[in-house]
Amino acid sequence: MSRDRRHAYWRTNLRYLTVLLFIWFAVSFGCGILFVEQLDQIRIGGFGLGFWFAQQGSIYCFVLLILAYVWLMNRADKKFESRKQEPGV
Amino acid sequence: MNVQAWTFVMVGLSFALYIGVAIWARAGSTGEFYVAGGKVSPLTNGLATAADWMSAASFISMAGIISFMGRDGSVYLMGWTGGYVLLALLLAPYLRKFGKYTVPDFVGDRYYSQIARVVAVVCAIFVSFTYVAGQMRGVGIVFSRFLDVGINEGVLIGMAIVFFYAVLGGMKGITYTQVAQYCVLIFAFMVPAIYISIMITGQPVPQLGFGSTLADGSGVYLLERLDGLSQQLGFAAYTAGGKSTQDLFFITAALMVGTAGLPHVLVRFYTVPKVSGARSSAGWALLFIALLYTTAPAVAAFARTNLLSVIPEIAYTDVPEWFSKWESTGLIKFDDKNGDGHIQYTGPASDVENELTIDRDIMVLANPEIAQLPAWVVGLVAAGGLAAALSTAAGLLLVISSAVAHDLLKSTFRPNITDKGELLVARIAAGLAVCVAGYFGINPPGFVAQVVAFAFGLAAASFFPVILLGIFWKRANDRGAIAGMISGIGFTAGYIVYFKFMNPELNSAAHWLFGISPEGIGTFGMMINFAVAISVSLLTPPPPAAVQELVEEIRLPDHIGPAHELSA
Repeated sequence: MSRDRRHAYWRTNLRYLTVLLFIWFAVSFGCGILFVEQLDQIRIGGFGLGFWFAQQGSIYCFVLLILAYVWLMNRADKKFESRKQEPGV
Repeated sequence: MNVQAWTFVMVGLSFALYIGVAIWARAGSTGEFYVAGGKVSPLTNGLATAADWMSAASFISMAGIISFMGRDGSVYLMGWTGGYVLLALLLAPYLRKFGKYTVPDFVGDRYYSQIARVVAVVCAIFVSFTYVAGQMRGVGIVFSRFLDVGINEGVLIGMAIVFFYAVLGGMKGITYTQVAQYCVLIFAFMVPAIYISIMITGQPVPQLGFGSTLADGSGVYLLERLDGLSQQLGFAAYTAGGKSTQDLFFITAALMVGTAGLPHVLVRFYTVPKVSGARSSAGWALLFIALLYTTAPAVAAFARTNLLSVIPEIAYTDVPEWFSKWESTGLIKFDDKNGDGHIQYTGPASDVENELTIDRDIMVLANPEIAQLPAWVVGLVAAGGLAAALSTAAGLLLVISSAVAHDLLKSTFRPNITDKGELLVARIAAGLAVCVAGYFGINPPGFVAQVVAFAFGLAAASFFPVILLGIFWKRANDRGAIAGMISGIGFTAGYIVYFKFMNPELNSAAHWLFGISPEGIGTFGMMINFAVAISVSLLTPPPPAAVQELVEEIRLPDHIGPAHELSA
């Protein structure tokens, strides 16, 4: 297996991490802490949106983020392993 | 049957279940004792991790704390779940690929240094002991309130149970009992929550009931009513925050990063067979945890609404039965300052003096009684609280025992000890650790609850940066890691000791560094750790080629590069 392949796999991983961690930061520190007052102006049922993110929404997003990462990396693993078995690689 | 009989039945049945599971899953080798032979399925590991992670603090204390803090309580909700994202994305898969048994194993091998290994062992033991003492106190509270045994006898019974399955079964026994404990604790948490949600809002899903209108036909939203009641009595509105933004930010970050750096959680990811399994089991774990963590803020709001509608201005002679029972444990105190025979419960903004002190830890346990739920539900909650405390205690004891037997004895002092000998030492260490934990449960240092919160700051400032750099930065070397860990944990511990134990009178926002409370300072300690580790690494020689090769390898998926299979 060539070094290039390894590096391509690792770069894919880093790209996923950057995007997912950005969302992680935005839903928790962003919506739940930094912009909570502004978001509270928007009401959903009995919740202000900022309050909802701080006590409910951020947690749902965390679960989805991990599931997304599991799915993306399983796909990347498969691609990596199938290429490895191609002749001449 | 009355509440006490039901409690005996529920607790007795759950204990019988744990012991049965423990006998079925005994450990025969060190591999089974430390990491259950590395053969646990991701789903099972997710369940076990959820029980391992959710302690007496999550089950008993958290909803109570939120119910008194209102929106500010979200630091715990976000902090203790957001850490799993860091864990699943940045740490767990790589630690599993690395293989072996413990977190100090990784630090010692990656930084090719016995000093780094020993520093990591000391951090792991310190963090775990502060944590386990808090669990034992939780066990004591449940026993003394519901089963009429003294706190001391309660702790002894809890110790005996944990001793039995942790010493006998090691990680294998613990894993399967934790699965049973998760089922008990989540059932015990959800049943009263659903009951109360239906009673207050008519909505069976607490997460939705929390944002619904009240069932009394007034059409008022629950949270509006709660804000109104709070302000009327001189408390801050429930949905408004009190802490400064930067403090919330730093506390949340410290809890998140601390979660990702806790050794008893990290070690669970060594138990699954594959790297992809480590990722998916972190997902399962957070899903199971989220079930309780999204319900807890709803329970907090329901409990607060019930409390504020029942208690204020009630005549002391008319108080409900649960009030007198908790009063006898000393966790509710009433002092009739104006001598009118009525309970005035008021906040700081009220002109009327407050006469009631309520320990926040009792809210979840008292909630079913406050809402007048059937006796079996009250018994179930007691069993759930015990399940949460015992499962976490067992996981922590295992970290302590493997730190002593594996990291200190086998890897540092006596490398040629036999597998059998090491297993015996691990069992003895687990047994001793149970006794020390029991001692702290019976004689709790007054600051246990605080120290547990600080354990996160210390974990954030010590483990997280060196593990992260070890994986994502090949250039990180032994000296950088040692200097980073020592400066991070030294600064954080120093700041906490200064404000909490040496000069508690200075512990206010005006004196804090950048307005960061001691609870949030771990985040700053983590930044110091990163800065020191990076600068020292750059100023000293790079790690040897073999270590850089190891780092390359743990970044790749399963079956690539030399395998790190467990000899189980």
